Amino acid sequence: MTNPNEVPPTIDLRTGRSPEPTETMIEASGLSVDYGGPEVLTNVDLTVEQGDLIGIVGPSGSGKSTLLRALLGTVSPSRGAVTRKPGLSVGLVPQVENIDWDFPVTVTECVGMARAKGWRTPWINKSERNAIMTVLERLGLDGLERRHIRDLSGGQQQRMFLARALYTDAAVIFLDEPTSGLDVKTRHDVLHLLDDLNGDGLTVVLTTHDLNGIAAHLPTIVCLNQHVIGAGSPEEVLVPHVLEQTYGSPMEILEHGGMRVVVDAPRSPKAVESA
Amino acid sequence: MMVAITWAEIIKPFEFEFFRNGLVVATIAGALCGVIGCYVVLRNMSYIGHGLAHAVFGGYAAAGLLGINLFLGAGIWGVITALGVTSIVRRRPIGSDAAIGVITTASFALGLALVQLYGSPGRSADALLFGNVLGVNRTDVWLIVVVAVVSLAAILTFYRPLLFTTFDAEVAEATGVKTALVDGVLMVLLSATVLATMSVMGVTLIAANLVIPAVVARMLTDSFGHMLGFAAVIGAICGFGGMNASYHLDVASGPTIVLVASVFFIAAFATGGRLRQRAGAVGHAH
Repeated sequence: MTNPNEVPPTIDLRTGRSPEPTETMIEASGLSVDYGGPEVLTNVDLTVEQGDLIGIVGPSGSGKSTLLRALLGTVSPSRGAVTRKPGLSVGLVPQVENIDWDFPVTVTECVGMARAKGWRTPWINKSERNAIMTVLERLGLDGLERRHIRDLSGGQQQRMFLARALYTDAAVIFLDEPTSGLDVKTRHDVLHLLDDLNGDGLTVVLTTHDLNGIAAHLPTIVCLNQHVIGAGSPEEVLVPHVLEQTYGSPMEILEHGGMRVVVDAPRSPKAVESA
Repeated sequence: MMVAITWAEIIKPFEFEFFRNGLVVATIAGALCGVIGCYVVLRNMSYIGHGLAHAVFGGYAAAGLLGINLFLGAGIWGVITALGVTSIVRRRPIGSDAAIGVITTASFALGLALVQLYGSPGRSADALLFGNVLGVNRTDVWLIVVVAVVSLAAILTFYRPLLFTTFDAEVAEATGVKTALVDGVLMVLLSATVLATMSVMGVTLIAANLVIPAVVARMLTDSFGHMLGFAAVIGAICGFGGMNASYHLDVASGPTIVLVASVFFIAAFATGGRLRQRAGAVGHAH
């Protein structure tokens, strides 16, 4: 077993994906959030660099969504601070469960509403329509612009909200559980798309409860349970002692085709002993 | 009772200035309520519209007693009530429906008590509660025109922030939209709409004017922009038709306008599976 105190106080999440020096987009230092009650997050240090693709994992109630919102700026720290690069524009892809799918908006209206700052005409003008079409084409949604949002498949809905975030020219995009409720194939497609966008220079931060389907494929993982238990590459983080501290139950790691697969450790006396 | 059917009888009320005033107010109020109602319905705030109308009655009666301008007093009262409900919901563990129930009914009760004790200022208690075509004067016409123009300007100016905040407040805020300001603007518009509509609808029936045209419009389209347009047209037709029915049937204007709107709802609801499906969607929106 590892002592939690061994976790370094400041964790650099640079992935090494891009060789050139990167720029800090968002930095949380000593971040705690309590919503006026018990602390949900305690003393979290986290740096988001340009070009990062970070997955925040942890059990339900571990503070994943709160950390996402604190980095976004919609939740205020009770202690510590979150510093964003001046003028940084961020986008959020919400959980599909939180969307009112009966709301009367078409795909174009939904993407277009994102440019809401400053003086804008109520209607979407021609140059905006072209810009929206470019984003929709990039995400494989061309031809669907007049559809109602409910008349899209799960993967298309997810990509439409990505399109809305991209349409604001966000430099950092946050996704809250982007693959919940999606089938394996669609989950795979969303993951590939995020990887592509990240390859184009977009910084991506997402939360997920899916260790094997999502987190294991990301360059950087943050294991969270009120505080940061571990952060780094899958090789560094998907190890039994970090996962056990994060999830509070023993887990084993299998190697399969060069990938790490996390499984529940069998609760036999032998397994407990070896853990 | 026989409904007038000859053309001469249909156009007869147009000779009277009070009727023309009432018709203008009812038609503009219908369109205005239709548009504001879209936001109210999509935000599941129908009950707040209902409550605000009742609260404004208290403000109207109190303003009459204190000798200040009735509309100003009632309008300020309405805005204070709306903001009071919002802040109670934010700070205390009370559901918004309970907070609205407490504050607005208390205000309505105060209005009723003041009217019984000191009499009804400006117009009869019946006219205030149910609307009355006879009670519509030139001030009411100017009031609805000003409120409609200001509301239209505000909705055009804040169209996208209003849509974004109504659809997805959290993401709107994360993207940099000042959602608290947007909510405040909508509350002020709603209060002003309720106040300007009171003369023809009466406080007890204003909520129907906000809800029914918006719900019917929702059943006709999946586009937000189209919904606003349909709701305005349907609301205006209901106001115009209801006001005429009020004269010919000799019934208060509030009830006749709501009944015409209900006919629209029944027609839309009965027009096939797809429309009915959308009606269910409106009802089940969380």
